[in-house]
Amino acid sequence: MSTHSEEPRPPVEIDYMTDTRPISAGDNVPGCKKRDPIVVAENVTRSFGGINAVDVEYLEIPRHKITALIGPNGAGKTTLFNLLTGFDMPNSGKWQFEGNSLAGVSSYKVARMGMVRTFQLTKVMGKLTVMENMRLGGSEQPGERLSKALFKGLWGGREKEITAQANVLLEKFKLDAKKDDYAASLSGGQRKLLEMARSLMVRPKLVMLDEPMAGVNPALTQSLLDHIKNLKAEGMTVLFVEHDMNMVRHIADWVVVMAEGKIVAEGPPGEVMKNPAVIDAYLGAHHDVDLGDAEGIKELAAELVADEESIVGTENAGIIAIDVVAAESDEARHKRKDSE
Amino acid sequence: MDFGFIFSSAASELFSPTTAAYALAALGLAVHFGYSGLLNFGQAGFMAVGAYGFAISTLTFGVPFFVGLVIAVICSVIFAMLLGIPTLRLRADYLAIVTIAAAEIVRYIVTTNQLTAVTGSANGLAAFEGGFYAMNPFPAGSYMGMNNRDFFIRIVGWGLVIVCCTLVWLLMRSPWGRVLKGIREDENAVRSLGKNVYAYKMQALIIGGVLGALAGMIFTLPRGAVQPANYGTELTFFLYTCLLLGGLGTVLGPVIGAMIFWVVLSLTQGILYGLIESGAVTWLNTVQAGQLRYILVGVALMLLMIFRPQGVFGNKKELAFA
Repeated sequence: MSTHSEEPRPPVEIDYMTDTRPISAGDNVPGCKKRDPIVVAENVTRSFGGINAVDVEYLEIPRHKITALIGPNGAGKTTLFNLLTGFDMPNSGKWQFEGNSLAGVSSYKVARMGMVRTFQLTKVMGKLTVMENMRLGGSEQPGERLSKALFKGLWGGREKEITAQANVLLEKFKLDAKKDDYAASLSGGQRKLLEMARSLMVRPKLVMLDEPMAGVNPALTQSLLDHIKNLKAEGMTVLFVEHDMNMVRHIADWVVVMAEGKIVAEGPPGEVMKNPAVIDAYLGAHHDVDLGDAEGIKELAAELVADEESIVGTENAGIIAIDVVAAESDEARHKRKDSE
Repeated sequence: MDFGFIFSSAASELFSPTTAAYALAALGLAVHFGYSGLLNFGQAGFMAVGAYGFAISTLTFGVPFFVGLVIAVICSVIFAMLLGIPTLRLRADYLAIVTIAAAEIVRYIVTTNQLTAVTGSANGLAAFEGGFYAMNPFPAGSYMGMNNRDFFIRIVGWGLVIVCCTLVWLLMRSPWGRVLKGIREDENAVRSLGKNVYAYKMQALIIGGVLGALAGMIFTLPRGAVQPANYGTELTFFLYTCLLLGGLGTVLGPVIGAMIFWVVLSLTQGILYGLIESGAVTWLNTVQAGQLRYILVGVALMLLMIFRPQGVFGNKKELAFA
């Protein structure tokens, strides 16, 4: 900034926190095009034995946004993560990061391109100190080459820069007091923080967090959420897997729902959560019925009669036919009253 | 019992060339297992490759000492790559299986009768150390009770140990060493940070293997002979004993571990033989006593693991979270 220009310049850079331009380029349907995608995946499939763990026809991840990937257990979220980051190879398909194809690119190269992930089961190097864990994330350290490792003069300068960068991050993540402790001595939540901070040492463009909130207490969850939001403010793109719908609603700009390996819905959080396909896949079709009383059972039965996939209401119903169940629950209630 | 003799012979083991060889080979294992988490059960194979590479190139091809040394080192690099290329992408246990098998393959190949002209079969090779002793700068005489040849090999052996320890220490304090330690802890995490884990593991395997090959040469030079029986699987386990005694992820640990190993062996032998000769022990003969001392080394290792599991030099804090 030169001192003589008194007028503040118009902001050339977009503030990513308040950017309200639409994310998708069309309707919010599964596999829709985005205005500015950072990752594009096409026909990515991966099967284990006979099971299609991932079968994604088309998916784009919007740049500079926080995208949540949700879905029931076994939906293929983590497998998709592994495929995108090169930790697993798909059976077919193309996928690219910022226009560069990632097919057959090994995981460490993917990370160097700026796509860094964390793991569902937190991975910290237990017998290295917190600081060493952080330094390990530093990029372009010449001392990591065998030919230069012997001579401190060749890598000492970069090491200082990396250490300074690590100190800033550790302070931000409130781990600076733990700097010289072994990472194995950290609590589960602190390890999550360390893993996230360490991935930021790589200076990624896209951060992929696999269940960042799993097993973290509510207070820490809040600070983790703030950290994730800050990533966006700093211009990074975030893709994260999460189960807690409240968290997702809170911070995600975009939600992608997977079920049985496929993308079943995507859109802004408010919209997606009203989507019947999502409620069906994620929460179960009849999640809001109270089965504790006879009315609830009748209500469920009525819903199931209307449901084409259910056998309730057909002659195959047998012992779960509505009359049988209602009679049983009546009987049970009478017995309970008698015993009282 | 002549305690003076027992202790002096135990003390002479401290700086014997064999101890130096064990220290070097165990240092190689520290690079493999202690720092990188590579489970190499074939360090004896690397030593054999070094010893035979040197002996064969000297005897069969008549090359000078330093060319033989370079050939031996190159052979061990090739051996490490042969082992590493197929297995380093797999889990650690596969490397263990492959290395233990490969070390045996090397031993069986040099024992093969068809190759007697080159390897000397079970009798091994001898008289290849002339080039080495020809370089001896010390004139004949007595040096601290040793002749000039014994003194020279000790100087070279321990000089090599000091140089290699320094190199390993420099490497392990560098960012390169940090990546290796990271790989030992969790290689997928290191991969996710953009490091080429495979290349690092290969480099570590080669460096440890070269240390093993140098150890093989130091081991054979004072003997003036190389025999396949010396490079059996038990040698690898003795080296692991040295490494565990001293401390896994340390530079000085393997050296001190090798010293402890040989001093304990020598002390127990001296004491047991003394007891047998003086008639105090009648239920043992000297052959059995020779076996018993290895049992005692095992007992020493067990006690150490119970009361000081991190080894002599290891960091207790590291173990608190094991």
